[in-house]
Amino acid sequence: MAVSLRVRLIWQLLALAAVLALGLYLAVRIGAERASEATLDAVLGAAAQGMAEEMRSEEGGVVIDVPPGTFSMLAAMGEERIFYRVDVGGMTVTGYGDLPLPAVPPTALAPVFYSVPFRDADVRVAAVARSIRLDGVATKALVLLGQTREGQDQIAERLGNRAAALGLAVFLVAIPLSLLVARGLTRPIDRLAEAVGRRGPRDLRPVRHPAPAELQPFVGALNTFIGRLRGTLSQTETFIAEAAHHIRTPLAVMRNDAELALRHSGEEMTRARLRGLIRSADDAARSAGQLLDHATVLYRADQAERAPLDLAQLTRAVADRLAPAAEMKDIDLRLTIEAPLPAEGDAVLVEAALRNIIDNAIKYSDADSLVEIIARAAGGKAEITVADRGRGLSGLTHDRLKRRFLRGANVGDVAGSGLGLTIVEEATTAMGGQFTLSPREGGGTCAILSLPLSLS
Amino acid sequence: MRFLLVEDNSELSASVAARLRLDGHAVDAALTLADAEECLAVATYDLILLDIMLPDGDGRDFLARHRRAERETPVIVMTARSSVSDRVDALDTGADDYITKPFDFAELEARCRAVLRRRGGAAQTARQFADVSFDPLAATLVVQGEARDLRSREVRLMELLLGAQGRIMSKEHLVDRLFSFSEPVSDNAIEVYVGRLRKKLQGSRARIETVRGLGYRLIEAG
Repeated sequence: MAVSLRVRLIWQLLALAAVLALGLYLAVRIGAERASEATLDAVLGAAAQGMAEEMRSEEGGVVIDVPPGTFSMLAAMGEERIFYRVDVGGMTVTGYGDLPLPAVPPTALAPVFYSVPFRDADVRVAAVARSIRLDGVATKALVLLGQTREGQDQIAERLGNRAAALGLAVFLVAIPLSLLVARGLTRPIDRLAEAVGRRGPRDLRPVRHPAPAELQPFVGALNTFIGRLRGTLSQTETFIAEAAHHIRTPLAVMRNDAELALRHSGEEMTRARLRGLIRSADDAARSAGQLLDHATVLYRADQAERAPLDLAQLTRAVADRLAPAAEMKDIDLRLTIEAPLPAEGDAVLVEAALRNIIDNAIKYSDADSLVEIIARAAGGKAEITVADRGRGLSGLTHDRLKRRFLRGANVGDVAGSGLGLTIVEEATTAMGGQFTLSPREGGGTCAILSLPLSLS
Repeated sequence: MRFLLVEDNSELSASVAARLRLDGHAVDAALTLADAEECLAVATYDLILLDIMLPDGDGRDFLARHRRAERETPVIVMTARSSVSDRVDALDTGADDYITKPFDFAELEARCRAVLRRRGGAAQTARQFADVSFDPLAATLVVQGEARDLRSREVRLMELLLGAQGRIMSKEHLVDRLFSFSEPVSDNAIEVYVGRLRKKLQGSRARIETVRGLGYRLIEAG
């Protein structure tokens, strides 16, 4: 499975927040450094300009009166060292002669700033040029004023730390925000998924849940498939019904006519043939019925539809339904039914299982016998017992009899398809129950269908 | 009894009707739901035999209309489908019972009897022979004021012998009518049931006479 949308979204939002926080940190830090540098440069430049302006020529030399405010202004900036150099006509007249000159010589009074390493420190230098009349000749004078920036570095570091803290804070705030955003964005998807997931497997109605525009194509495709499945299923059901109809109606005509002919015929040979014909028609009808039943059970077992049902009522209904068949052989069905026996499942499956069990009991019992049907609760399960005094299992095990198309060795004279017990077994398994077939004490067979009861 | 048979397959309809008439029932055959409505408008029936798939509609809709109109005639649905949900459907819409095609007539008769019994019996069903009153619905014989319960096969045997109206019924015919064709029948099975019915008829003037080599007949002892 691909990484969840929400997780991806969270990671992407967090990455975005991290980039933003880093950008914020850098912007704050660089901005602050630039601002403080500009301020310091302005002060340094002003001091250098002040020095240059105070320079004047006197007899045989140059006099510089450093205004007292200049250095006190610089001193106010912290414990910084100050270097200066004054060149007149290319000669250093005072200060540090080795203080490096700017790469581009300044013009007029606009100062040029540059940083140079000097005396084991990074020094920021402001250079100002002016011309001075010396002995009547205009001479170029250059004033350099340098200052270490140790204090400023400390300030920058403090500012940097704050910027980092700010970036981290922004990132931390972004975490819950991105969680919220991710959840908000995936909520419509979650709701849609939940709405689709809650549907029963037999629910073939189209999905009508509101979906965001981006999901509409998926919902549309889903609905198209559901529609097609519904169409196919109803076609299959119709087909099965039609097939049954087309097989059974001619069989019914054939059987009726054979029975009529039998009533009118006095010749024993013809009568024997007609009886054979009726038996074959019965066999064919029965097999067709069992095959369709089997298909229905397999199909419904896959669907696993669950609805509340009362096993007591269902057992009674199936027994009532089969009573006329039993009556034809003078077989009594004795019902001992504990009511109610609430369970959950597919009534169609339970009906198919019960009908086949009771039908078998009637079919393999002799006339004038008794078939007992007991439905009761036992240890959290509903136990439906069908006990007959029929011909028994002839030594075949239950496991073998359950196999498709396998019939007992002692039933050749009774019509059957060999599918009955398979149907019972499949229906029972689909319901989460158990089916056992065992010899009954004193002769006959005892079939027990055990199905889970509802908890409530 | 009077049957309304609603079945669109004319061959099947003809053979079911012939079979019912042979047993002395009156049968009106309708090939469509419209025909059936017409029949119901002019006559009353003891039982309706209804097919589900009809050319002019679904038998279940007819059934629903029938019940809404509060017509009391019991309905047995004849279905060719075998899917279980169909059966449940038919009973839910108010059918009294259903029978799957093809069917054994003995089973149809048994179901008719069961339905009529549940409905509290249509008309008077008791029949008189000699000094015996025979009620196939209630499964009783009344001999000299004493009611005797009959088992299902005894009822059918009594009906067959009564229906023959004094003619001889051969053993083979009785076997064919009394037992299912897919069931093993021993040679003396019929004798067993004749013996039982004779016992139930004891004390009356009705006799089951054995005609050696030919079969049985019901006669009134002089």
